[in-house]
Amino acid sequence: MELIPWPELHAMDQSIMQEILQYLFSGITNGAIYAVIAIGFSMLYNSTDLINFAHGEFVMLGSLCMVTFFGSMHLPLVPAIILTIICVAIAGLVFERLAIRSVKHPEPIVLIIITVGASIFLRGLGMIIWGKDAYSIPSFSSHPPLDIAGAKLLSQSIWIIVIFLVASVGLQLFYKKTLTGKAMEANAISKRAAWIVGIPSKLMVMLAFGLSTAMGGLAGVIIAPITMSSYDMGTMLGLKGFCAAMLGGLGSLWGALIGGFLLGILEALGVGFVSSGLKDATAFVLLLFILYVRPGGIISSADANRF
Amino acid sequence: MLLVNRYRPMMLILSIMAIASLLVTSPAFSASEKKPFKIGGIFAVTGPASFLGDPEKKSMELVVEQINAAGGIDGHMLEAVIYDTEGDPSKAVMGVSKLINKDNVIAIIGPSRTPTTLAVMPMIQKAKIPFISCAAGNKIVAPIDPWVFKTAQSDILAVAAIYENLKAKNTKKIGIISVGNAFGESGKEQLIAQAAGSGLAVTKSETYGAKDTDMTAQLTKIRQDNPEAIVCWGTNPGPAVLAKNIQQLGLDIPLYQSHGVASPKFIELAGSAAEGIMLPTGKILVAGLLPDSDPQKEVLNVYISEYEKKYATSVSGFGGYAYDAVKILAAALKNSNGDKEKIREAIENTKNHVGVSGIFNFSKTDHNGLSPEAFVMVKIKDGTWELLK
Repeated sequence: MELIPWPELHAMDQSIMQEILQYLFSGITNGAIYAVIAIGFSMLYNSTDLINFAHGEFVMLGSLCMVTFFGSMHLPLVPAIILTIICVAIAGLVFERLAIRSVKHPEPIVLIIITVGASIFLRGLGMIIWGKDAYSIPSFSSHPPLDIAGAKLLSQSIWIIVIFLVASVGLQLFYKKTLTGKAMEANAISKRAAWIVGIPSKLMVMLAFGLSTAMGGLAGVIIAPITMSSYDMGTMLGLKGFCAAMLGGLGSLWGALIGGFLLGILEALGVGFVSSGLKDATAFVLLLFILYVRPGGIISSADANRF
Repeated sequence: MLLVNRYRPMMLILSIMAIASLLVTSPAFSASEKKPFKIGGIFAVTGPASFLGDPEKKSMELVVEQINAAGGIDGHMLEAVIYDTEGDPSKAVMGVSKLINKDNVIAIIGPSRTPTTLAVMPMIQKAKIPFISCAAGNKIVAPIDPWVFKTAQSDILAVAAIYENLKAKNTKKIGIISVGNAFGESGKEQLIAQAAGSGLAVTKSETYGAKDTDMTAQLTKIRQDNPEAIVCWGTNPGPAVLAKNIQQLGLDIPLYQSHGVASPKFIELAGSAAEGIMLPTGKILVAGLLPDSDPQKEVLNVYISEYEKKYATSVSGFGGYAYDAVKILAAALKNSNGDKEKIREAIENTKNHVGVSGIFNFSKTDHNGLSPEAFVMVKIKDGTWELLK
């Protein structure tokens, strides 16, 4: 075997490093999106035992509202984001009030089927309001991509990661430090016990819906500039987010984070080192494997084995 | 007398109605001395492929209306029966079965998509009925079925147009990225099959999902081999995401797109990242830029102005497939007296039919009838199209 001269070997090393770094950046960007969506799933599951299969559609609503407010009406960035999140949260509250709370015998399977129906309804609504075309909006800022060891980190990726960090720290503080947050957690642990000590359970469920769909809206906002928004974008994103939540452990916030990033990075590495045609398969095979070894997900909460 | 007076208004109304109904129905009576020709249309009018089917249905109705206004074909009026497939093969089969068995049409135009067309072809073969598809897939006319024709340009011609351009620039190495659906797979197949003949080496062939949000990973992989050009095969919005990613990664590699994104929508989606991208397109997109010597220019202008006048929306590149199909069928219906075998033969012998999608020369061995000249190469410059020579 011939020895490769040192400078060439070094150069090869560097190009592989650069590649891996690029895959990581791509994975982290997608992972942050999956994580935000997964948090929405987990939050709602935590306080209501409900898996909202319309969650992806709230992401779509967020993305398309952002297109309207930021892209067409040219509102400044921050008001546009806040307005979008408020709109999506209101849609979530209306959904809870009309479709979920009015059910006479709220068994989990009935509610889940209602959410599936709601997802079809919301997709139709999106199609009527925004049409069948895809839309795109510019990046939040027009910085050139950051060059780290030859790999490019896109400016929107930085936005996504920062917004994601702010949102997750904010949620953590809300749950641990505020009375409402603690009440929500109490309600999640035991509805009856929380009710006995005077926590209004209905209000807490409503709040959980609002917060969860607001997170969905936020996910929609941050991905609008990197992808194209259209009425049918939500289903796949919802599915990926759901997988991330399952992977990390349904009901756990940290699990949602870990699951999201793991799924994103695995997908990117799968493209790089296996095959781009098997991108989704790589990730889902690993999901199956992890769930086989740890049925409750990586961070399994005590009651996650219910499903 | 009193009685008559009381009923007079009633009588008046009745007699007016009788006369009016006579007036209304009489032209129809005189025309229907000859039985109308019933032709079937089956398009994806709603659903995800409605961007194809909706303009196709409108274009078919446009031509039928014009032919009838001009007195029909040999005195026979045309009657179009159009069903919606929603882009779904099983609905297409149901629709075609209704057209053949219930409506007894003498020819069928459509469907809009390749999978729906392939699904209905066995019924066409059994019923022996002239059939002109508006779908692009080459499998429809290879192998040739005597009753099946198509008017949409196939991806073979689009690939040929791109490779001609690459060859002229002396390109040797290309990377391919295609969408993971029937359109992308068929394009990828052609890109790889025709590469050797054009002296090109395909260094990497990657795919992406139709709903993917980021393709930097695939591009990183393609970049490894330093290709001289990247060819992307997909329909909106994926190719626009790819164009953005190429710009963001700072890749200085010329990007070629397929005819699948040949619409102003693509430029809108990709924004500044669209600059410099080259792609093949049917001439309808650049009708205004064509030189006057172009044989299709007149047909294109007529179609565009008629369509936009009737529907008050801007014309798309896809309605032309149905426009050409009905025009070819109408020419074949002349002197056929509705005989299916005669119609089929006349379509097969159509020569030099100047249509919206190209100049058709059908033969026993070619049921698409188009040459690579049906496509022109364009480059996106300053947010609009520029013809490449």
